[in-house]
Amino acid sequence: MRKVAVTGIGHTVFGNLSEFDLVDVMAFASADALDDAGIREERGIIDQVVVANMGGGMLNHQTGIASSLVSRLKLEPAMAELVENGPASGGSAVKMGYAVIASEIADVVMVTGGEIMRGVPGWEGTDFVATLLHPEAEYSYGLTLPAFGAMFTRLYMERFGLTERDLALIAVKDHENGAKNPFAHVQVPCTIEGIHDGPDANVVNNYIAEPLRLYSMCPVSDGAASIILCAADSPKMKYFKKKGPVFITGVGSASDTHCVHEREYPLDLKAVKLSGERAFTMAGLSPKDISCAELHDAFVILEVAISEELGFFERGGYKEAVQKGKTRIDGTLPINTSGGLKSKGHPLGATGVSQVHELVKQLRGEAEKGRQVKNPKHGLAVNFGGFGNNVVTTICSKEE
Amino acid sequence: MLVGELEKKLRPPQLDIKPYPSKVITLASGEKMVVREANREEVGVLLDTVHPLMGVAKDFYDIVAARMYAELLGWYRYRVANEFVLVGAIDGEIAGIVNSRLVDEEIGMSLHTLTVKRGLRIGAQLFASKMEHHLEILGQKEVWIVAESPIGFNRWMIEYVLEDRSHLYPNVHHELGGVPTYVLTRPLYDAVRNEKVSGQRPVDTALLATADELRPPEEYPQIPGYKRSKK
Repeated sequence: MRKVAVTGIGHTVFGNLSEFDLVDVMAFASADALDDAGIREERGIIDQVVVANMGGGMLNHQTGIASSLVSRLKLEPAMAELVENGPASGGSAVKMGYAVIASEIADVVMVTGGEIMRGVPGWEGTDFVATLLHPEAEYSYGLTLPAFGAMFTRLYMERFGLTERDLALIAVKDHENGAKNPFAHVQVPCTIEGIHDGPDANVVNNYIAEPLRLYSMCPVSDGAASIILCAADSPKMKYFKKKGPVFITGVGSASDTHCVHEREYPLDLKAVKLSGERAFTMAGLSPKDISCAELHDAFVILEVAISEELGFFERGGYKEAVQKGKTRIDGTLPINTSGGLKSKGHPLGATGVSQVHELVKQLRGEAEKGRQVKNPKHGLAVNFGGFGNNVVTTICSKEE
Repeated sequence: MLVGELEKKLRPPQLDIKPYPSKVITLASGEKMVVREANREEVGVLLDTVHPLMGVAKDFYDIVAARMYAELLGWYRYRVANEFVLVGAIDGEIAGIVNSRLVDEEIGMSLHTLTVKRGLRIGAQLFASKMEHHLEILGQKEVWIVAESPIGFNRWMIEYVLEDRSHLYPNVHHELGGVPTYVLTRPLYDAVRNEKVSGQRPVDTALLATADELRPPEEYPQIPGYKRSKK
């Protein structure tokens, strides 16, 4: 297969952008990526645009978004498709972009993910996300993603002795990184005293879906992210002189049962494990080779469970890792250096692309002061769809 | 100061309002926010705090700031009856302001909640403090509330499960522009009190002293690039 390089990255701030049009927000991130790649004037070299979005039709009354973005950026006659894979849409779009190049359908691909979710009330946004659940077996009983996150957390806590304080420590670590990330939705640090130990923590960090509290889950965010990919052996690589490339060396995805209750053991996230194994095999790497990771912590428990499924820690071992600071920027395996979904935010379609954006930033050594990992060589991202029924893992490396 | 006869006729009657006991809230950031009652002599610094936000359309800051500005001025110049103002200050810097008034001994009229420092739910904490004052400290029966922004509607109407009395218009109507009126009754307040009202009393003397002299914010997250000292 052809080697694929990431040659440009772009991002909008995540937060409340509901005053903007969805495609405009995607265009902002895309234009940022074009500038980063140094090809704004030569953007006609882009052969294919892959767009990731989950809620355009339902929340924004917009369809045909890929065509719209191409037109907004004047990229015609580039090929253009939309990828919708729930909250893993971004990761899947990156995978599609990779596949299009690896299979020699195209040489240069722009992958842009975006979402505008805050134009509707919170309950409507929660209901929209819940449409990815099984309509008869889950949704019709009032299940939502926070409810699933809460049940999963409770079971994990009972099984492995994880405490609410441990969950709070993850949030503190994520916010410490997010506070230094200019793209993060919540650029405010939090402390363990403020959200757990202090006298007002019960109100300041209130329960949303017990045992999940406000600081155990991601905010609802708008935003977009974009990356530009090019075949490493393409003559078009000559256009990308501005910055050294980072390479996508591993891509893997896997699915699991739609209904969580059909799984043998609900704490097993088989799609995470399998997608990770596929990506590691493709890259010829193992968990110990990874310098930093962006894991889909829509609920902080997922940072715990995903990292254990991938083999970064043994089952039940994440607890000790967070207590000892191993996942902080200066730890042995920094996780969610961007702030993660918890602090950076989670505009569904944008998230998977944003994760790769962060890996590239880290591998280039361009992260902001205080959140740059020392000498990273390989970064890994997990984009988690449904409640673990469709997961995409991407590995980026500094060297080909 | 002597008050002239005409001025006396212009001023509304005033109820005797029990003072709000100061408290301190430990925010998610770990910062200590002193919540205390503001006094009329501090209206200058309050107006100075509110004024820059009158030009911010996002999240309806403009209408909230403009109306609060008028209400604070009305308080200062004795043109609003039975108004009280609570302020949240971190190291003396104003992080948020809420104001309200008493219609009579039993009914409160919530006016505005203005958050300067974002991302720490300061507005939610101050609104809860305002309701605490009405219902616990002053012992009122209910508070009439309206929302001027979607954020306010989510925070008050939905989270407090307020009673919708808009169908009783015009017999029940809030003073702010005929907007649909919702009501926080004592039973509704009691149902959410423990998950909404935070803060510790008494406040350490040294900590309380940090809020003796209030300062307007140096920066506003709502106004990128704004620096008070360079204004």
